[in-house]
Amino acid sequence: MPSPKRQLLSGDEAIALAARDAGVALGTGYPGTPSTEILERFSELGGHGQWSPNEKVALEVALGAAFAGARAIVTMKHVGLNVAADPLFTVAYTGVSGGLVVISADDPGMASSQNEQDNRRYAVAAGVPMLEPADSQEAYDFVFAAFEISERWKLPVILRATTRVCHSYTIVQPRSPGGAAKPPHFERDIRGRVMIPAYARPAHKRLRQKLAEIQEWNETSSMNRVVKGGKQFGIITSGISFMHAREAAPKASMLKLGFTYPLPMKKIAKFAKGVDRCVVIEEGDPYLVDAIRAAGIAVEGKAEMYRFGELDVPRVRRILDHDVSAEPAKPPGKPPQLCDGCQYRLVFDSLRKRDCIVAGDIGCYTLGVLQPFEALDSCVCMGASLGVGLGLRHVLPPEQARRVVSVIGDSTFVHSGISGLVEMVYNPPPDGHVLIILDNATTAMTGHQEHPGTGRKLDHEPTNKLVIEDLVRSLGVKRVHVVEPRVGVNDFDRVLGECLASRELCVIIARRPCLLIVKRLRELEACECDTKEVK
Amino acid sequence: MTGKLTNVVVAGLGGQGVLKASDILADVAVRAGFDVKKSEIKGMSQRGGSVSSDVRFGDAVFSPMVSPGEADFLLVLEPTQVEPHRHYLKPGGVLITPDAVNPEKLANKKSLNVALLGALSAHLPLPEAEWLAALREGFRPEFFEHNQQAFLSGRNGQKTGK
Repeated sequence: MPSPKRQLLSGDEAIALAARDAGVALGTGYPGTPSTEILERFSELGGHGQWSPNEKVALEVALGAAFAGARAIVTMKHVGLNVAADPLFTVAYTGVSGGLVVISADDPGMASSQNEQDNRRYAVAAGVPMLEPADSQEAYDFVFAAFEISERWKLPVILRATTRVCHSYTIVQPRSPGGAAKPPHFERDIRGRVMIPAYARPAHKRLRQKLAEIQEWNETSSMNRVVKGGKQFGIITSGISFMHAREAAPKASMLKLGFTYPLPMKKIAKFAKGVDRCVVIEEGDPYLVDAIRAAGIAVEGKAEMYRFGELDVPRVRRILDHDVSAEPAKPPGKPPQLCDGCQYRLVFDSLRKRDCIVAGDIGCYTLGVLQPFEALDSCVCMGASLGVGLGLRHVLPPEQARRVVSVIGDSTFVHSGISGLVEMVYNPPPDGHVLIILDNATTAMTGHQEHPGTGRKLDHEPTNKLVIEDLVRSLGVKRVHVVEPRVGVNDFDRVLGECLASRELCVIIARRPCLLIVKRLRELEACECDTKEVK
Repeated sequence: MTGKLTNVVVAGLGGQGVLKASDILADVAVRAGFDVKKSEIKGMSQRGGSVSSDVRFGDAVFSPMVSPGEADFLLVLEPTQVEPHRHYLKPGGVLITPDAVNPEKLANKKSLNVALLGALSAHLPLPEAEWLAALREGFRPEFFEHNQQAFLSGRNGQKTGK
């Protein structure tokens, strides 16, 4: 059988292809830049990929598959792992029967995120082994390695990529797809999987024992490799930083770490000893440098100014030169904005006109904070618009409290707004509250993915549809309005005025499909009609 | 760094086909047997903001990003995006803007990105046959004729100094 063709793939595409080639039975996730394309491509390649309402559920579904002995992946952006952190920490105790790989796509520099948290910290905090690819070939190979580690030690493994790995295209030589995966099968393991304190205490000890074994094994892993160079100067690095460092210091010796938790400290110590000057080059937090120094190994780190944003070749040169002078400012480009004709423009016009205090959320509509609207007063994390709006309502003086509005998108509402809505019903503020759900029938900002409210699955095939107004009414909200914001019609503004004046709990669903999916929706609907006629 | 690298930055606004143009260029470089890396920032930039994509090819490429002052070529699809990206160009590097093509020669305005690739191609060591193959496979079949015409118009216009 001829080996598969070399391909130019993004890191995300390489992970998807590897998942397919490694016989992954189920891929789950929630869309989030820069991770979104992994599941989409996995599905296009014939894999069983599905969007979950949020990352916590996605990890739990993948875990169920791994308890059954299958190989499963779960994909998310860095902040998604915060949502999924609850199961993650205890899955490290229970372990898995099959293989479970958690893909965390971090966004240093915040190309499209609300923070630049460094998820390598999660590997340490949860006690979960972590691999860090530097390009698409490694992204591909490390998926296989992650499953081998996961299955050998029966633990979840984090594959931590970053924006420049996920969204850079480099050449990949794929393998021939592996042998048939073992058929899933349930084997009862009550003490191993039911984490009551009596069973969790020994489980924690098992975890630490496994990590100690893995650390020893990692000392000789080929995922950590030395690039021989001069003796005067050595660099310890991981992920995309390796590529920048290779270019910035072509003559240096390098220890390129691919398996970065638990760290191969003996290998690191030997490398550091073998060079006169040893510098750690890493993006984001001082994760490697702190751990290496804590092990008593003397290494140079980077100045604090390089903790912020991405690294690139010039910044690595500056770190190596101890240059802490101000960096050249980047000329401003054109910022993104709400599309011309976007229905949210009308919503933000109304909110601004009425001087509302707006607790916002994560999505396209976060752009309502920019000119000409400047009609957003907070944006913290997925779903926070509900809680923050309610807290403001509870304590502000009445004349201000009555102007507070929470604004959330449809996909974000399903992701983590529903619990906030329950809070609204359970602890209503004295003068009520107004929630606006901007329902454009898609997860727009990440590139138009389906979600439970669209009634279509990841591959756009029809499924059960969550009807948002039915859900809201079922929770006991009396004033529920569904309005279509349209230019020249002031329905939305009128309803908003009535709701603000009512001092009751109100939910306004501003419903109109995103302009960018109207054509696709029409094609899908036509296609479904055809199918129905055939039946 | 081993061997010589060619660094290209493609820039414009969301929706103009910046990423498509860089896809085609990278594909042609792969076909021609080079090591290739391409890097871009997606996400927020989809909403009409500035978009740029870096393509690097040669014997061995490490960082996927073109450093400021090191681009051999800067291909800009939208005149307002020249200044925000000019600092990538190396001294003596080549700037290619929409002025490089005669819009009247384009059967379809949307093929500006392909026409500018044609203009760029006149400077690059990549065979014309590979360009046409990449254009044929990179778009829906019905677009090939327009794209071929746009590409050749850009390529030949550049060779004859317009």
